[in-house]
Amino acid sequence: MITREEFKTIAENGIWKQNTSIVQILGLCPLLAVTTNAVNGIMLSLATIIVMALSGVAIASLRNLIPHEIRIPVFILIVAALVTVVDLLFNANLHELYLVLGIFIPLIVTNCIVLARVEAFAAKNPPLQSTFDGIFMGIGMLWTLGLLGALREFIGSGTILGGIDMVFPDLHPIQVLPESYPGFLLALLPPGAFILLGCLIAWKNWMEARAAERAKLKPPAPIATAGCH
Amino acid sequence: MFAPAPFLLKDVSVSQVMIQVCVALIPGIAAYASLVGPAILVQLVIATLAALIAEALMLKVCRKPMALFLSDGSAIVTAWLIALTFPPLAPWWLIATGTAFAIVVAKHLYGGLGQNPFNPAMVAFAVCIVAFPALMSQWPSVGLQLGLIEQMNIILGWAPRVDALTGATPLDAMKTALKLGDGSFDVTTLLANQDIYGNFAGRGWEWVAAGYLLGGLWLWHRKLITWHVPVAFVASLSLISGALWIYNPSQFASPLFHLLSGGAMLGAFFIATDPVSGCTTPRGKLIFGAGCGLLAYIIRVFGGYPDGVAFAVLLMNLCAPVIDLLTQPPIFGMKDKA
Repeated sequence: MITREEFKTIAENGIWKQNTSIVQILGLCPLLAVTTNAVNGIMLSLATIIVMALSGVAIASLRNLIPHEIRIPVFILIVAALVTVVDLLFNANLHELYLVLGIFIPLIVTNCIVLARVEAFAAKNPPLQSTFDGIFMGIGMLWTLGLLGALREFIGSGTILGGIDMVFPDLHPIQVLPESYPGFLLALLPPGAFILLGCLIAWKNWMEARAAERAKLKPPAPIATAGCH
Repeated sequence: MFAPAPFLLKDVSVSQVMIQVCVALIPGIAAYASLVGPAILVQLVIATLAALIAEALMLKVCRKPMALFLSDGSAIVTAWLIALTFPPLAPWWLIATGTAFAIVVAKHLYGGLGQNPFNPAMVAFAVCIVAFPALMSQWPSVGLQLGLIEQMNIILGWAPRVDALTGATPLDAMKTALKLGDGSFDVTTLLANQDIYGNFAGRGWEWVAAGYLLGGLWLWHRKLITWHVPVAFVASLSLISGALWIYNPSQFASPLFHLLSGGAMLGAFFIATDPVSGCTTPRGKLIFGAGCGLLAYIIRVFGGYPDGVAFAVLLMNLCAPVIDLLTQPPIFGMKDKA
């Protein structure tokens, strides 16, 4: 079972404190490649959430049976099997989106976020906690990729919800800026993703610094970040 | 940024240096204005306004002394360099966007005056040519004589942009011909036949380049820049273009053409000599200038962009800290470097 306190910590870590994209800076490759609009970012995050939740429960259940020395290959095998399931699901039900996201769905296997959570959390904690950890880490990724995608799309082409028709065929992208908006192509290219991600990280640090100032507490030690991809 | 000893300070303020850089740009601007008309002056005003607004905004956000930094003139120099590298009939928002990006991102987000690893003006150029490639390659046709009102209308978007207004730059025309690569192309006949070419390089543009050269020599005379970067830039550009020209004069243009085309002179004297984003050691400056010249040639002749100076300078900006580290002069009293 899970206590309310545990649940709160897991949720807070996943969504804000250890946010995969703006604190741990993990999984930059899909982040740069797919967040050209909010829908792509959110749908890839949803796929990742499914994989993380399922791999969390699977590996946490098997954690006492997996020999310590070969745990990484075993984790990868389990994650790969789950990713294949998600890959086929997307291919069958959201085929257009599947074509857009392309290689980045199979590549969830190699996404550091998944393996990092499995290794750091699911291998040491019971199944229920591991499932919630996977879900909330994924939600942290979801809002960041969604926000980044929305910003890039808005600045780059002046629309919001581009590509929504691939998920809900009845809905259409909304042109926010006037038709004559020339589009700022840079925002849609990888450098734009880097610049805007930098702005998001700065915004988060600024929020924390302001909160710390208000609480009149000692500012927290800088959180170590690990690079990947 | 750090510089090697000796730490002799010249008794000049930032604003005095910046004013003299602006004065040195005047011969080039005058030649430019006589070539394309008052459009360039309009662009200079737009860029200056955009730079000052962006600068004031960032100073307010960063809580830095407004009057001190606004009056130092560094933003104006950045703005002028941007205006001189952008197409003169570009819409006003293009140059305003580029300038704002240069000041906000390339200058202030990296820590403000003296802290920027990249040349802000070249960042503006690179950002705009990546983001708006079509608009950034619309250079006015040769011999196009428009009055101030017509040019203002085009820049401010009140008159439609007509294709006939713009044509290929001399460098572009040459690259297009080179890429056809069917052997029928000959530089000497191209230079003689097309009316976009003058005596040495692009018609009229060669005098703009000469104006920058004059201003640059004056800067050197005033000891605001040292000879290292411009000489190394010009030497490496001449060397590689000369070597290829001797190897195959029908496919490659002469060194004189390359020195007087595009942004070569502006780059050699005003952009690569930026004391903040470039190298500071004497040997480092030589390497920096030579690298800029070489890369500019490679990018403008074999690359996909109309001119290579901006990307060459940015790439060398990346290398500048390492070059400085490896070319530290020996400490006084030591035989070799410490």
